[in-house]
Amino acid sequence: MIDIRNLDVIFGHGSKLHHAVRDFSMKIEAGQSYGLVGESGSGKTTVLRALAGLLDRVARVSGDMSVAQEQLQGQQRSREFRRRVQMVFQDPFGSLHPRHTVDTILSEPARVHRLDRIEDRVVQALEEVGLDASFRFRYPHQISGGQRQRVSVARALITEPEIVLLDEPTSALDVSVQAEVLNLLMRLKRDHGLTYVLVSHNLAVIAHMCEALSVMQNGGVVETMGVQQLRDHTPAMPYTQQLMTASLGSDRAAIDAFEEFA
Amino acid sequence: MNESPLLRVEDLQVSYNTPTGIVNAVSGVSFELGREKLGIVGESGSGKSQTGRAILGLTATGGLVRAQRLEFDGKDLLNADARTMRRIRGNRISMIMQDPKYSLNPVMSIGAQIEEAFLVHHPSSKDEARERTLDMLRAVKIRAPERVYKAYPHEVSGGMGQRVMIAMMMIPEPDIIIADEPTSALDVTVQLQVLAVLDDMLSERGMGLIFISHDLNLVASFCDRILVMYGGKVVEECAAADLEQAKHPYTRGLLNCLPSLDGGSDELPVLRRDPSWLNATEVP
Ligand SMILES: Nc1ncnc2c1ncn2[C@@H]1O[C@H](COP(=O)(O)OP(=O)(O)OP(=O)(O)O)[C@@H](O)[C@H]1O
Ligand SMILES: Nc1ncnc2c1ncn2[C@@H]1O[C@H](COP(=O)(O)OP(=O)(O)OP(=O)(O)O)[C@@H](O)[C@H]1O
Ligand SMILES: [Mg+2]
Ligand SMILES: [Mg+2]
Repeated sequence: MIDIRNLDVIFGHGSKLHHAVRDFSMKIEAGQSYGLVGESGSGKTTVLRALAGLLDRVARVSGDMSVAQEQLQGQQRSREFRRRVQMVFQDPFGSLHPRHTVDTILSEPARVHRLDRIEDRVVQALEEVGLDASFRFRYPHQISGGQRQRVSVARALITEPEIVLLDEPTSALDVSVQAEVLNLLMRLKRDHGLTYVLVSHNLAVIAHMCEALSVMQNGGVVETMGVQQLRDHTPAMPYTQQLMTASLGSDRAAIDAFEEFA
Repeated sequence: MNESPLLRVEDLQVSYNTPTGIVNAVSGVSFELGREKLGIVGESGSGKSQTGRAILGLTATGGLVRAQRLEFDGKDLLNADARTMRRIRGNRISMIMQDPKYSLNPVMSIGAQIEEAFLVHHPSSKDEARERTLDMLRAVKIRAPERVYKAYPHEVSGGMGQRVMIAMMMIPEPDIIIADEPTSALDVTVQLQVLAVLDDMLSERGMGLIFISHDLNLVASFCDRILVMYGGKVVEECAAADLEQAKHPYTRGLLNCLPSLDGGSDELPVLRRDPSWLNATEVP
């Protein structure tokens, strides 16, 4: 379904030049949930943005990307691609327009893609994420963080996509809302046969949701594995082993023994 | 750790008068903070951020703050004038806000912002401020401090922005740091390393920390003591190491919601809220 080969992304020039993604490859089957974990700043969000075609004029992007056998050209994306591939952004506070109501936020993509029955779709999308119609005419600051994140998911679903790119969908949420959002994502995947790429720092979330994952560091892939290897705590690479140790919580002796992997 | 507390909060109440009625964001929170790491956990909307903001006098307009006592280092914060509060903020108590990118100035380079925080409290040369700023970026494990120094907030990743905020709050070396979800966007390794740096600074300088977080495992392993909030109240308090054995059904419910690293892709249990939790008095 998704095939990325030798992706490179370079931001800036001169002293601000930064090679954010280096020789990155990833292959995802239709209907899979694929996890992307790794160091902060290692390029996870940038990979999703490159795939979604959001880096035009922002960065130099090279490599081969194809989605459902269609070869992608640079950062140009067809309208149909933009309908089929949706992204839920990392920052639920920044990604919803503060002066638009939930109704406007949800109808906009439907209008852009010239879909019919917009009102029905809005109500249905809200219902799918567990928000009743009373939320329709509220503004983002009038709902809680967890509800905002559910609106972001609803916005991604309104165009009936096949692929959803989820960038830290639950890191801003408390554990009870996280459980609700993860259950929701699982149900939607079952009901609509969606393919997910899920970026998360939380290895337990990845272990719960995904079938396979790649571990990133410094713009490249350190290791790719099936989820069982993660659940068995048997990653091959030292960087990933250290990540697993760290996810067990704060232990000063372990932290002092952490190594730098460059 | 049992000397006189840095901060005393008694029966703190924060309420908002809204067109649809009064919202009680915080309803009767009491605690003391010594030279220790106090964790505050609880679901979204339970009043964690509002508690932190009220201590610093940063309650939004329209909000009413009341308390039997709100004291820092023997000084009354509730009736302090604006000038006194300004001096306390940043200099003696600093807060790391929940939304880092909102709190950073989008049109000022990151280096200039940290330098500014340093210079307010340490008048010194431009060169020294620059050196201290780069040191601080290194301390929070930024890999390319020179690049990030020159970058603007939109040019750094989510986790880098959070570390910049942490650097800014640590650089004035305050007595108390209130950190609201300071590391939610960091990978787990960097998260622990940054917290270790913060921990060293806290113990070297005898500072107090209020650590607000959704991450129950992290709070249990990093903090000394934990307050569990629900509906604007503290419903349970325990030693951090004992969180696993928490008794309150709400705290147990939160613990049960966590997905497990060992897998299982069934439905996660969700919290079933019980209205009676709001009436129960605090479990001491
Ligand atoms: N618009 C931009 N201009 C310049 N550099 C950028 C830009 N966007 C991202 N970068 C840089 O690219 C690198 C990768 O960033 P990215 O946001 O992909 O990281 P990430 O893996 O998502 O990190 P996090 O887990 O912290 O969100 C970072 O070093 C960042 O500073
Ligand atoms: N300006 C305001 N006007 C009215 N109500 C408000 C205002 N600010 C906050 N509240 C309400 O106060 C309550 C407590 O909010 P607070 O931000 O302290 O929650 P929190 O525990 O920090 O949640 P989260 O984990 O989502 O950050 C919420 O119900 C919120 O809706
Ligand atoms: Mg990111
Ligand atoms: Mg909060």
